[in-house]
Amino acid sequence: MLLSSTLKSAWAKPVAHLLCLVPLGLLLWAAFSDGLGANPVEKLSRETGQWTLRLLMLTLSLSPLRQWSGIATWLRFRRLIGLYTYFYCCCHFTIWLVADHSFDFGDMFEDIVKRPYITLGFSAFLLLLPLALTSNQAMLRRLGRNWKRLHQLVYAILVLAVLHFLWQIKADYLEATIYAIIGVILLMHRVGPLKRLSR
Amino acid sequence: MIKIKKSWEIPESEVTPEPLYRRRREFMRTTAAIGGALLLNPWTGAQASYPVDGYQPKAISLDEEITDEEDATGYNNFYEFGTDKEDPKQHSKRFRTDDWSIDVRGHCEKPGRYSLEDLLKPHSLEERIYRLRCVEAWSMVIPWIGIPLGSILKTMQPTSAAKYVAFRTLHDPVRMPGQQRSVLNWPYREGLTIAEAMHPLTLLSVGMYGKTIPNQNGAPIRLVVPWKYGFKSIKSIVSIEFTEEQPSTSWNMSQSSEYGFYSNVNPEVDHPRWSQKKERRIGEIFKRPTLMFNGYEEEVAALYDNLDLSVNF
Repeated sequence: MLLSSTLKSAWAKPVAHLLCLVPLGLLLWAAFSDGLGANPVEKLSRETGQWTLRLLMLTLSLSPLRQWSGIATWLRFRRLIGLYTYFYCCCHFTIWLVADHSFDFGDMFEDIVKRPYITLGFSAFLLLLPLALTSNQAMLRRLGRNWKRLHQLVYAILVLAVLHFLWQIKADYLEATIYAIIGVILLMHRVGPLKRLSR
Repeated sequence: MIKIKKSWEIPESEVTPEPLYRRRREFMRTTAAIGGALLLNPWTGAQASYPVDGYQPKAISLDEEITDEEDATGYNNFYEFGTDKEDPKQHSKRFRTDDWSIDVRGHCEKPGRYSLEDLLKPHSLEERIYRLRCVEAWSMVIPWIGIPLGSILKTMQPTSAAKYVAFRTLHDPVRMPGQQRSVLNWPYREGLTIAEAMHPLTLLSVGMYGKTIPNQNGAPIRLVVPWKYGFKSIKSIVSIEFTEEQPSTSWNMSQSSEYGFYSNVNPEVDHPRWSQKKERRIGEIFKRPTLMFNGYEEEVAALYDNLDLSVNF
């Protein structure tokens, strides 16, 4: 099959890397060509946040893709995209740390404690760390059965991330609702009725 | 009488002498009339708008850097044209404001439908450079052109029953496509106490950056209340009503726990979901502290002497 062999080819991973770097490239290009609009910090923060969410959802859709398409090779890209998710999340966090708070840790702490959407986003960021650290082969072998248990955390992260988005909306819920619906579908695939359906 | 100089006043010597100022207005009016006639031809599609020639420059000035015009006219909230901050500029291009009129109702001696011309002509325009602080914690410095709201309201002769002034934006989902989605309960409504409305800082604006106000910023006429969060400064006004009861306001109707009637800029009272202590001035990267009443404390604090601002936010 063409798709299956394409996914298996030696080029597939480098191309996947490039694709994951495209958003970063576009943002950097925009940043250096005055293309981020009137409020560049807000734009960068929003874009890196949204790309974190998109890549997270992409990571989680590989397993359903495998089941629906019958092509196991999709899973080759799970770690790669997962790590880019963490990368964009770190960018998102850094913008908040530097531009929003100028490293004022007292202020940040107050934000984390008092603002539910920050609490959720910050928790998601923290929870991603152990997943990123244990994403290599060596850790996979060392943790054995626990590796899978640990990595179930990604579903909690998904919920946190979607709520983090929803909770800061002023009035227009359209975009965040679309993410929420995709999130629910991915969760249903994991724990709900779709799980059986796709087996 | 001792005249206390307000922080926003400029020395009298800087003001253009009256006769010279009058003559210049006259000259500019004539030129504008000719120019306007040329512009209004059907081929250019240019629209009728209130001319801002001959305004008194810097009637109220501010020692802070003025926000880039491009930013002030390309990044703002005006949900009538979409909820992204780039939407208003993009989706208001074909908005026409010809034959604009304002319906004046309620407790006043002179209710009725006023054309923009009739309403504004008796008054002279002045430029005022104000800070603008959005409830979303970003801010700008904008040179508005307009007329103090109080002097216009006085001509309508509000009665003693007029305790509040309620404003409405045009409701026309065809001309304002953002209204096709019910993100807010249209029409957009705002209101002030009569004292706030009569306060000398409160401005009805028809221009900015030395030009007629662009569609995306609330053409042809909008409110500017510099000590309140930006959403109080209602745009594209079609109705003014003097009321006895506190009028309902759009964001308060949408989420009353987050947006109060007063909505004065106040670093001590946070939005329930985010801090109001700091703000990002457009054009800057790091945040700066937000000032009480957006820096107009000296001028307006007395309006709220008997009010607990953490309850009446």
